[in-house]
Order: sequence, then structure tokens, then C-alpha cells
Amino acid sequence: MTQLWDFSGGIHPPEHKDISTARPIRDAGMPAQLVLPLQQHIGDPAEAIVEVGERVLKGQKIADVKTGMGVPVHAPTSGVIESIADFPVPHPSGMADRCITLKPDGEDQWCQRSPVADYRSLERDEVLQIIRDAGISGMGGAGFPTNIKLRPPRDRKVSTLILNGAECEPYITADDMTMREKADEVVAGLKIMAWILRPERCVIGIEDNKPEAIAALRKATEGTQTEIAVVPTKYPSGGEKQLIQILTGMEVPSGGIPADIGVMCQNIGTAVAVANAVLEGTPLISRIVTITGEAVREPGNFETLIGTPIEHLLGQAGVNQDAVSRLVLGGPMMGYTLTTEAVPVIKTTNCVIAATAAELPAPPPEQPCIRCGQCAEACPMELLPQQLFWHAKATEFEKAEHLNLFDCIECGACSYVCPSSIPLVQYYRFAKGEIRAQQAEQLKADRARERFEARQARLEREQQEKELRRKERAQAAAEAAAKKQAEAEKAAAEGQAVDERAAKSALVEQALARKKAKAQASQSPAPSAPPTEEKPDIEALEKQLEQARSKLETMQGMLDDAKAQQADNVEKLERAVAKNHDRVQRAEEALSEAREKLAAGPTESQTTH
Amino acid sequence: MAFVQQSSPHAHKARPTSRVMLWVLIAALPGLLAQTLFFGWGNLINVVFCIALAIASEAALLKLRKKPVAFFIKDNTAAVTGLLLGLSLPQFAPWWVSAVAVISAIVVAKQLYGGLGSNPFNPAMVGYALVLVSFPVAMTTNWAEPAMLWDGAPGFGETLATIASGHQTAVDGWTMATPLDEYKHKITTHTATEVLNHPTFGEGIARGWEWVNAAFLAGGLLLIALRIITWHIPAGFLGGMIVMSLAFGNNADLYAPLSLHLLAGGTMLGAFFIATDPVSAATSHQGKLIYGAGIGILIYLIRTWGNYPDAVAFSVLLMNFAVPFIDHYTPPRTYGHHKARRGVPGGQG
Repeated sequence: MTQLWDFSGGIHPPEHKDISTARPIRDAGMPAQLVLPLQQHIGDPAEAIVEVGERVLKGQKIADVKTGMGVPVHAPTSGVIESIADFPVPHPSGMADRCITLKPDGEDQWCQRSPVADYRSLERDEVLQIIRDAGISGMGGAGFPTNIKLRPPRDRKVSTLILNGAECEPYITADDMTMREKADEVVAGLKIMAWILRPERCVIGIEDNKPEAIAALRKATEGTQTEIAVVPTKYPSGGEKQLIQILTGMEVPSGGIPADIGVMCQNIGTAVAVANAVLEGTPLISRIVTITGEAVREPGNFETLIGTPIEHLLGQAGVNQDAVSRLVLGGPMMGYTLTTEAVPVIKTTNCVIAATAAELPAPPPEQPCIRCGQCAEACPMELLPQQLFWHAKATEFEKAEHLNLFDCIECGACSYVCPSSIPLVQYYRFAKGEIRAQQAEQLKADRARERFEARQARLEREQQEKELRRKERAQAAAEAAAKKQAEAEKAAAEGQAVDERAAKSALVEQALARKKAKAQASQSPAPSAPPTEEKPDIEALEKQLEQARSKLETMQGMLDDAKAQQADNVEKLERAVAKNHDRVQRAEEALSEAREKLAAGPTESQTTH
Repeated sequence: MAFVQQSSPHAHKARPTSRVMLWVLIAALPGLLAQTLFFGWGNLINVVFCIALAIASEAALLKLRKKPVAFFIKDNTAAVTGLLLGLSLPQFAPWWVSAVAVISAIVVAKQLYGGLGSNPFNPAMVGYALVLVSFPVAMTTNWAEPAMLWDGAPGFGETLATIASGHQTAVDGWTMATPLDEYKHKITTHTATEVLNHPTFGEGIARGWEWVNAAFLAGGLLLIALRIITWHIPAGFLGGMIVMSLAFGNNADLYAPLSLHLLAGGTMLGAFFIATDPVSAATSHQGKLIYGAGIGILIYLIRTWGNYPDAVAFSVLLMNFAVPFIDHYTPPRTYGHHKARRGVPGGQG
């Protein structure tokens, strides 16, 4: 008998699971179109590697993640790629995202598959690669890529591998039915994961409200060391942190991952997907989805191709369109409402509830918090929900963070019991969102400041270097002059003093002649203008241009900072930048003009100043 | 068709505040019944009058504050405030004493602070403390003599007329000092045995009072069983009182014995119905224990060394002051954390 621990708080909402367990898993059939979002899990989106109009085979890779964290997407059946465009995807915001749409050709023709008969003969990394190439990401929660999860950091040895079959959310029975009907695949998948991780202990945690699943798994694990832990039904026992506490008595450190305490949780559906990928060579192209709620006539679980529109599934379950008041994706505690039934099933979709108005009625209007503390009694994370609520409402985010807002798992137990029907979880989401936005903003501002300071430092350094070079030049010139003088003195000392006066007068004469010529040149149109006159002009222009450029750069920097901080002088700075831009252009034009003239020859007219 | 858009969770358990308050009203009925049986019609009349006036004042203030009147009245919280005052005030307290208590409770202590959920002080106890210091005579001389309803207590009409007229002299024959009052003042000059000879104590511990307290204890246990209150505040309250009594009060010739502290006066009403007002109490379990213990200790201190024979109202109010402080230093340890994050952000704790 496995020793169990209790977690604090928790609630016992009506289960409504029998609605969808009366029928065996059915095949959802082939929809007219499959919509495959390129991003189906946390991490980076995949990139399409097929063209519109291309014919693909069932199981063929159609999108992959080149760099970054993610897994590929496969064609769930054979057919033609219809489009690669934005479609509504399952997301609380109801947003649209990039999807590949596939028109099935009805032939369901497989691509080449390469099953592995004996994975134990392979390297572990090879098996992880198979899991990655099969496009497997966690099928319960956020959909973390399974191959990455199965390779924890070297210093984090996983000693306990937990298969999460608690399925504590009301209504959902996808894992329950999977365990009942595919117990052997579940255990096979668990064995593969256990082979990769080599844990000391393998546990399958199941809530005691699933006797059939427990019996099936007991049978499938007979003779193995895998423990079947029957845990008391209490929401949210299936929360990763809660299940770990129940089965090990340990707590996942705040901000850490289970591997920090030597534990890893995997989902039932993920185990089946891993077994299929390794033993059959089948990528993740379908999953079990619960279609339930009082607005469907034949609720139950469906083996569903990824990309199947919810609409098709609801049709299969005999939906009564007029009775649906709320479409919930996921469970009633943590799921979110859909705006349209056009969204497709993705790798993390476990349940759709088509609820009638009577089934999930709108909550009564929010009343003031009376600090009754029912929420704190229900909180499985031992937070103070009412204090968090006060702080979130008063936008005192610092205080909310201090009371461990970010440890909230948004299980909804507090809102469920609140006698004032305050949508507490919504307040926490708001506070978390605001804090994240502030942090992002702060990060941006910090970066802008760093950039600005780095630039200032660079300019200063350049200025100093320039100064240094100028000084060096001046020194060199002074030395040269001194040398000349010394030579002259030397020469004089050697007895050329007699000629000195004559030489001097000759110099004066030369200078006079030059001056005369210059005077003539300024009058006559084509004089032989000395190039020495041109040279300083170019230099001046260059200097002007450099000054204008540096000013422009300064202004641009200031503008970027102002934009980053959303200062109110952005407009002014923009004007200044534009002005400086013009100035630089003018200076450049002037300079290039001067250079052309210089290149054309000294016979050209004088440059204008 | 347009689907309902709602943030999770989508399921809710229906036990609204109004139902919670209704249960408080129901759980107080055994106590009220015992009061009526042992002290006559006074409490019942007070309860009805106070509840009616509380609801009327709440409605008036909500109207003034431009709040939805029916929505808030339906939460039953004003009724509970009225109930608590009706149960606490002396049986023959003139109507205007009750009226001042109720109006100051609802208008000042509750609505002027922002209404339900925003009041830092227990409204009923603000009202009670106000009339206790303002009308000391009316508040100490109007306690009914413990007489069985079926055994010579003044009738309903007489009681009602006395309360309504407010004539103090009319009630002299039916009133008697409360056991706590009697003990406190006599023990300085008499031995315990002599003091306990007074008819207010009767055969048991405190005639009538012991049954009233037992009935409130029963009602309180019902509230705990229904998970409307947790055991922490009553346990802290009674625990604090017991510890103080054991530490200082074992000489009955000097101080009232523990049995009297527990079963006379407003102890059980205070521990299960008054101190447990969630709005003005501490939040965490540890905080609730400290908060309750503080009240129990203060009651003992004031009863023993203070000027008042009973002290539930003052003790509750004093601990209401301490609630933000207690809350700051008693947050629970959150899952995954080594220890609780005490104090304020950035502060030491």
C-alpha cells in the first residue's frame, strides 16, 4: 500500500463524470477540413515545410521548429494543403494564429513509418529524438515538449516518475477512458519513459472515483514494480504540485520544477503517445477528447484527429445548438470559454463542455468581500486569497507579490467557494498580467538606459581618442619644427649667416608675388587657383558633416529613450531628429559637391563658403 | 450563436453571504430561547426591535450613499448586527439605548466606513461600547432577575411597556446585578462563599446565565460544523481566558472563578458569534488564534482589574485595532516556500 499524504485546502465540486463515461471511446470520423495551428504548446511556433497545393501523406511532417523549443506538426491524414493562413485557435482571447489547413482526400494513406521493435537496443538520445520527431508535447497542461522534459538537467536525477491519472476536474473523462481502454499502451509508454529516466519509483496516481481505470491498470501492471496509488477524490489532486505532495509528501519549491526534488509528472495521454511513437512509429496525430455537457445528446469520448474543428466533434456527439449557452474548452474549474466552435482540437485539448444555461449559470453579482476566509480554507497552495484580492483590486501589486501571488495555480477553488461570488481568479490574472507588463516595461527601460549610457561612454571615448591624436599630431609637428629650427640654427652656425638676409628678402618677394597672383586670380575667371585654398574647405565641410551626424545620433538616442519610456516629448524629439537629418543631408551634399569640384580640377571656380 | 464568455471557474458552490448570515441567525436561536426562558421577554423584544431598526438604518444609509438598497439588504448582515445587539443589551434597556446602539453601529461603524466588508471595527460592539460608556446606569441596572418565564417573570406586555416607556424606576423590582458584577463588587469585602449566597448565582454557577452560555456554545459548535466559522477564534478566545484564570485566578476569595468567567456574562456569545465577525477579525489560522486569545486575555484583565464587570465589547474593539498588525505577521507558509513571508514588501520581518 502506497503511503499517501494530504494537501491542504481543496474542494469537492459535483463530478458530472458519469455523463461521458457511459459510452466507449468512439472514432470522431473525418472532418471536411483539418486546421493545424503551427503553435500548439508553450515555446516556439513551428514553421511550415509544405507548400499550398502540395499533397501530403498521413503522418508526414508538415511543420517543424528549426531553432528554439518546440516539436513538429504532422498531417493527421493524407490530403492536400489548402492554405497556410490565420485561423481562430484555441486561446482564451479568441485570437487567430497561423495554421495549415488540410483537405483530406479520403484515402488516409500512411507515409513510411519506422517502428522500433526493441527500443532498449537504442541509445536513450535516439529514443528521445523519436519522441521529438513524433511531435509529442505534454497532453495535459501547457504542452511542454516531452523530449525536453524527459531530459532533466544532469544534476537533477529523477527518482520518482509519476503518471498523473488523477483527472480531478469535473466533467473530463479522457484520461479515465484512456486508462480503461488502453491500459496496456499507458503502461508501455510509462515503461519507455522509465527506461529513459531510470527512476527508483514509478507511480500511477488515480483518484478513487475511477474504479474501472484502477482495475484495468492494476491488471496491466501485474508483476511489475509500478505502484498504483489510489488517491482520495478532492479537487485539485491532479494539479502537478498537489499530486506530488500526495504521493511523496514533498513540495515543489516555489519557482522551481518537480525535477528539483527528483520528481517528474507525465500525463496519461502523453504516455500513450510515447508508446505509439516508439513502438508503432506513429506520430502524434490524434488524441482522446471528452465531449460532454447537457447540450449534447450523446456525450462521450472521441478518438479525434488533431486539427478537427470542435464543430465537427459537437456534431458527432449530437449537439443541440439552441441549448448551448457556454462552450468551455477544458474543465469547468480551469477551462476557458470559446467564442466560436470553429477552433480546432490541438495536442492539449482534453475536453469540450457544451453547457446549457441551467447547467453553468452565470454567477450572481459580485458582493463585497467579508473576509470570511473560505477561500483560504479552499486554497491548495496555502495562500491568502482574500488578501491577494484586496491588493489586486487596489492595484497594490507589490504587496500581492509579497503574498506569493505567483504561486497561485489558478485552480479556481477560491472563486468556487466565495460566498460573495467574487471572481477571484480573474483578479489574480489581472494582477499577474499587470506585474508582468510592468516587468517587461522595466526591462525595456533598463535596456534603453544601458544602450544610451554605453553610447555616451563610446562617444566620450572617441572624443578623448581624437583629442589624444590631435595632441600627438601637434607634438609631432612641434618636434618637427623644433628639428628644422635646430637644423637651421646649425646651418647658420656653420657660416651661412651671410646669406640669411638675402634669403629672407627672397622669401618676402616670393610671398608678394603669390599675393599678386592671388589678387589676379580673384578677378580673372580662370586663374590658377592654388589647391591649398580648396583643402581647408573640404576639411571644414567634413567637420560640419561629422558634427551634424553626431548631433543626429544623439537626438536619435534621445528619441529612442523617450519612446521606450513613453515620454511626452517624443513628438518634439521626432521633429528635432528630422531637422538634424536634413542638416546631415545638406552637409553631405555640400561635401560631395566640393569633392567633385576638387576632382574636376583647380581650374573650376572657387568654392562657396 | 454567441456563447457566454466567462473567466474560469465556471462552476460555483451556492452558499452566498445571505445564507451564511441566515445560518448565524439560526444558530443564535437556542441562546435567544434560553435568554427568554430564564430572563423573560426582554431579549426577544430587543432582538426584534434592533433587527428592524438595523435594517431600516442600513436601507436609509444605502439610499443616501446611492447604493442598490435591496441588493445589500438581502445579504442579511444588518440583521446579524441587530441580532447581536439585541442579544447583548440588558433585558430592560430603554428603547432609546438600543436605538443609539443600533444606529451608531450601522450608520457610523459600518456604512460611514464604506459598508459591508470595509469596517475595521465590529459594528455591533461599537454600538454596544458607545452606549455602555454613555449610559452607564441604564446599562448596568436593567439586567433582568433570573426568573423562569413560567415562574413570576414580568409578562410580555409589561416588558414591552417598560422598554418602550424607558421609565427606569418601573423595573427595579425585576432587575438584579449580573453574577459577574455582583462577584466583582462583593468579593473585596466578602468571602467567596458569602458572595455566592446571593440569589443571582442560584444553585449552579450562575443562575440562568449558565444555560444561556451553554446554548450559545451549542449554536457556535453548529456554526463550526457547518464551516461557517473556524474553531480558531473561539479556541483562542476561551483558551486565553482559561490560561489567564489558571495563572491568576485560583483564589476564589480574591477573583471570580474560571467557571464563572466561562458561563456567566457574554463569554460564549462573544467567543462564537461576536469575535468571529470575519470582516473585523484576523485572516490566517495563526492570526485568528492570536486574535481570539487577545480578546480572551483582555476580557479577563478588564473583568478582574478593570472597572467593568464584563468586557467583550472593549476587548473585541481593542483587538480589531490589532488586526492589521496581526495579519502582517501571521501569513501562512505557502506551498513550496520554506517559511512564511511576514511583514510588508521590502520590510524586515
